[in-house]
Amino acid sequence: MKTFCSVWLLLSLVELSPAPPASQEPPLACTGAPDPAPPQPETAEDMASTGDLEPTHYPARRAAQVALHYLNTHHGSPFRVFGLQQVHKASAEDVGAGGRKYKLDFSVTDWGSGSAGPALRCSADVLFPRTERHSAPEVQLHCEALHQINSTAQEDDAFYQKYISPDSAVSARDIPDSFGNMSEEMQPFWRLARVAASFIMLRESSENTEFNMAKVASVTQQESREEQLMLEFVVLLHDFPSQEIVQWKLLASWSPDRGVRVLQTEWQPRCPHATKPPN
Amino acid sequence: MILARKFYSSKMKGLLVLTALFVAVFGKKTFEGDQVLRITAKNEAQIFLLKELSEQEHLGLDFWREPVHESLPVDVYVPFHSLQAVRVFLRYNQIQYNVMIMDVQDLLDDEEREMVKYRTIPRSTDDFVYTAYHDLNSIYSFMDMLVAENSNLVSKIVIGQSYENRPLNVLKFSTGANRPGIWFDTGIHSREWVTQASGIWFAKKIVTDYGRDPVLTDILNNYDIFLEIVTNPDGFAYTHSRDRMWRKTRKPNSGSSCVGVDPNRNWDAGFGGGGSSSNPCTETYRGPSAHSEPEVKAIVDFVKSHGKLKAFVSIHSYSQMLLYPYGYTSTPAKDKAELHELAKKAIASLQSLYNTRYTYGSIITTIYQASGGTIDWTYNQGIKYSYTFELRDTGRYGFLLPADQIIPTAEETWLALMAIMEHTRNNPY
Repeated sequence: MKTFCSVWLLLSLVELSPAPPASQEPPLACTGAPDPAPPQPETAEDMASTGDLEPTHYPARRAAQVALHYLNTHHGSPFRVFGLQQVHKASAEDVGAGGRKYKLDFSVTDWGSGSAGPALRCSADVLFPRTERHSAPEVQLHCEALHQINSTAQEDDAFYQKYISPDSAVSARDIPDSFGNMSEEMQPFWRLARVAASFIMLRESSENTEFNMAKVASVTQQESREEQLMLEFVVLLHDFPSQEIVQWKLLASWSPDRGVRVLQTEWQPRCPHATKPPN
Repeated sequence: MILARKFYSSKMKGLLVLTALFVAVFGKKTFEGDQVLRITAKNEAQIFLLKELSEQEHLGLDFWREPVHESLPVDVYVPFHSLQAVRVFLRYNQIQYNVMIMDVQDLLDDEEREMVKYRTIPRSTDDFVYTAYHDLNSIYSFMDMLVAENSNLVSKIVIGQSYENRPLNVLKFSTGANRPGIWFDTGIHSREWVTQASGIWFAKKIVTDYGRDPVLTDILNNYDIFLEIVTNPDGFAYTHSRDRMWRKTRKPNSGSSCVGVDPNRNWDAGFGGGGSSSNPCTETYRGPSAHSEPEVKAIVDFVKSHGKLKAFVSIHSYSQMLLYPYGYTSTPAKDKAELHELAKKAIASLQSLYNTRYTYGSIITTIYQASGGTIDWTYNQGIKYSYTFELRDTGRYGFLLPADQIIPTAEETWLALMAIMEHTRNNPY
């Protein structure tokens, strides 16, 4: 009896041994009508004003977010991702050929160094072109003391050495999970995804969007190429004005020398809205 | 949450009993370094040897599967102090084995952690784990417990049913009849999990502080507080079972394969205007008509029949903002100056706790144009102090806010809510 109970106990322990919560089922396969395309505003209401802008209001904030994405594409790494802290001053003016240029004075913090990190002061010009088809905003950015912040070269190198080996085949889903949990090991991958996603968010931005990365649906390491870590990400982006979750698959490379490059991007229709395939 | 569900089985109780027995049997408090080995004997002779081993009492071995026959594995629990001897014995006799459990204490520690976190259904609201996200059943149980523990102060009202027939529960905190009221709702957008979690905390906070905090006590002696914690239960269940990013209700839309209506675009205030969508497949779909969603209609009916609500706060995440009407028009609200000043005060209180930065202003200027929104409707009904919160954070984790931020978020937000309630109390209309 004791043996039986012990075996049963053992089996229970083993069965209930800690495992990450089962990940969400993959989105329902889309058949029939595709999901709506990446967010386009329904009415291109021209609410934005020119001249001095209220720094806490959305026109200034959206432009600052674009500058932030630009900053991350240039200076983001597995151990450095910037977040917008505050917009101090903003103004906008219409420019020739129907575009609008924003001038911004704002602060960012490095999420990599925790909430206690020092704020970095930046100024940027963000030009939203007004073209028939969407084209990416143009950014000119200057952040003071950018090269004075603590270097992450050591962590970058250690991370690189660990995962560049031919055996390495990292594969993970749901970073963070539904409860906001992210393992220590996954954090640099999350940051890399955030940086890579910044290329997309920058490219897709307009005065009517405000993007954040909602989560990394998956990361799959590919075979290293030219001494670059190759990572395939599926990321979910959240656009504030439309509240849409937009899914993108992308292939990015990274090394301490070359930084993050995005080689391929692919928008993926997501069909959580459909319960059944339409007839 | 599947892990959690397993723990609610009777197996779990059995496990607890056995663990207790287990500990009692060995009279040990810790199992550090102890291992469980799975041994594969390859012949009769090895079985015989293992039987002899089992008779060495001083080793303190416990055979979970006794040596019987070479075709069956032998599992043996080996306390740390005997490991060396046992392994030498097995190696010397060329008996195959592998380590099944590397460190029993580690395993128990992890299990303990999980068990503490998802302990059997809490026996009281003091037992409830406020630092974790819970599912719908847990939250509904919490409500019933809170009412049972504080029946003089709290009652539960069912204001309607969701599309999938879930009860729409509202907690009423009241110390007397015919009072004017203050309303809070959380979770109208189901993916905004920190809001429902904060709502639970607010409920407990109210019962804790009544009779202790003079300001809250005074408020409750003059106003009723209504709190709807899971305003969109169908959506909430869906975020647990299928899609963590679900926002809307779960009502199907005729003529479309897409489900759900944005409950914060479905109110009769500028309904159909810019900042809401006519496409059922979008996140801001306004619905076929104003108040078409039962979750919204239930609140509308409640507000109208109550007739004496004086403050109405609808809580969302994320962005860290405190917003007042309007969202559907850029015409400033009549009481804009007062609402702006009060927002400023509320935010100062909020920030005083953890230095969390909030911005504030009207919906349409601060966040975006949005028509058919909750507080635009409540404001137009005459509820002057109508506000919307967007809680933590500003985009780093967004909807997936780590659970360790639930309580700090709730604590700081509560200070802002107190400021709003206090102002309401001091400025009756």
